[in-house]
Amino acid sequence: MVTVAMKRANPNSNEDSILDYLPQDRVKILPNTSGVRDAKEAIFVAQMAREALETNWLKLEIHPDPKYLMPDPVETLLATEELAKQGFTVLPYCHADPVLCKRLEDAGASAVMPLGSPIGTNHGLKSREFLKIIIEQSNVPVVVDAGIGAPSHASEALELGASAVLVNTALAVANDPPSMGTAFRKSVEAGRLAYLSGLGSTHRTAQPTSPLTAFLG
Amino acid sequence: MVNQLHFSDRLKDIPWAATSSSLENIKRKDVETALQREGRGGVQDLIALLSPLAAEHYLEEMAQLSYRITRRRFGKTVRLFAPMYLSNECNNICDYCGFSMNNQIPRKTLTDAEILREAGMLKKNGFDHILLVTGESSRKVGLDYLAHALDLLRPHFANLSIEVQPLEQQAYDTLIEHGMHAVMVYQETYCPHSYARHHLKGKKTNFDWRLNTADRLGEAGVNKIGLGCLFGLTEEWRTDALFAGIHLDYLEKKYWKTSYSMSFPRMRPYEGENIVSVELQDRDLVQLICAFRIFNHELEITLSTRENQLFRENILPLGITTMSAGSKTNPGGYAEPEESLEQFSVSDERSPREICSMLKDKGFDPVWKDWDKAYDEPKIRNLLSPVEKECLTA
Repeated sequence: MVTVAMKRANPNSNEDSILDYLPQDRVKILPNTSGVRDAKEAIFVAQMAREALETNWLKLEIHPDPKYLMPDPVETLLATEELAKQGFTVLPYCHADPVLCKRLEDAGASAVMPLGSPIGTNHGLKSREFLKIIIEQSNVPVVVDAGIGAPSHASEALELGASAVLVNTALAVANDPPSMGTAFRKSVEAGRLAYLSGLGSTHRTAQPTSPLTAFLG
Repeated sequence: MVNQLHFSDRLKDIPWAATSSSLENIKRKDVETALQREGRGGVQDLIALLSPLAAEHYLEEMAQLSYRITRRRFGKTVRLFAPMYLSNECNNICDYCGFSMNNQIPRKTLTDAEILREAGMLKKNGFDHILLVTGESSRKVGLDYLAHALDLLRPHFANLSIEVQPLEQQAYDTLIEHGMHAVMVYQETYCPHSYARHHLKGKKTNFDWRLNTADRLGEAGVNKIGLGCLFGLTEEWRTDALFAGIHLDYLEKKYWKTSYSMSFPRMRPYEGENIVSVELQDRDLVQLICAFRIFNHELEITLSTRENQLFRENILPLGITTMSAGSKTNPGGYAEPEESLEQFSVSDERSPREICSMLKDKGFDPVWKDWDKAYDEPKIRNLLSPVEKECLTA
């Protein structure tokens, strides 16, 4: 699945449309609202996306701050509520805030997309402790979005139980983006398999491998 | 509660001479720290990066870092836009500008038909982002004219910005409702003495009124504000640039929902040229662009067609995010290739197609559209009557 900012999509141009690079038989297009500053704008852009790309799916991004692109929790919640009512499959990008994620779920979000670290930073899962709580509590898929800068970060997110990751910068700035894509695919598969296989817990000291209660028979 | 003080109040506490000497007092350690923390030290780092010492010993390292930061933030993309000159009427006398009131040149303000003809030419060339430019004449190109021009052009373009005379905040509120995205308002120089020397008559002589335009725009909630100095007006160009950086830092903290762009125009020949300008060398301009990129990773940096082909191509990867192509700086210039009446002469005369293939050859993706009309729709609907709104909802 590939997410596309509606401001960059140019369905009327045969030269400048990012859509031309995405073979729609192989990838599902997920329009996003990047660039909007409040719920009102997001709703307009969502409606346009639905019309232009013929999909109800929407990655909801509301970041009024153009510097760090921090998601606005209040506007995101309002827009999720309204768009879910309008029949959208809403995937909101949000802070790694467990309460907010539950509120979004209650408002009708089909998944939640908490951030690992600020977008574009490649810093990995700085929000790890909160992501664990979100994953534990969530009834909808958790997709870790933003900050994933290396395959090991993606692997870690999946090991924690996240359903998916969303990656851009790490691929876009790689010297060889297709190979980096392969690396990410493998890391996600490894992380998911590890999660399903049941990871051992971690300890600070060595643990005896021989059982202490064997004498009980 | 929004702080009611404006940048002119802040500027009073920052004396020019002391700011100039701060650039001279920079030590190697200061530049190295700024590079090591990628400019996260704020204005302090900008002083180090703009210093003569940085120019002498660290220019290559600055260029390397600037290149990396730009790629990380913007990828390998360059946004393209075109200016559309609507009028060369001007009520100011400025000793460096082709539109200056005392220049005996034919004056022209585009009619509706002419505006649409220009739009057609730009559209044919692929442009979706347009910058509307006028001289400064509230009578000929006032608020009503500008709002009307936006209405005419809005159906045809994704993104419309303006570079016109400074306006009141209320006027900006209105223009935003007509689909205006951004406003470029260059202070030209932050040095009051030099400003007074070059701006001789008209409303532009009011330094503070111009300086506080960005505050009025921030209060109006505009999407983007463009800042800049005209390099060549003031001898101490490093100090001038530093003030532009201080201005940017002030605005970004106060109007945090607005994004910012900066341009680094150098003086170009124009009709009626009569001043000896201070020449900014190529390496000076490289230093400026790299210093600002390291200082502000998100800043949109625009490269003008004032620069020649070779220099544009070389400086492109070092921090540039946006460029114009095939520009005409006279009203009606796209439809009629008449080259008189222009504000300044363009140096890179390649067509948009040629620029586009140059970008692709260098591994960049030219971006023609990075906005959409739908984003402005809620504000524009404020203008509609209740009946019209109902029709749209239905």
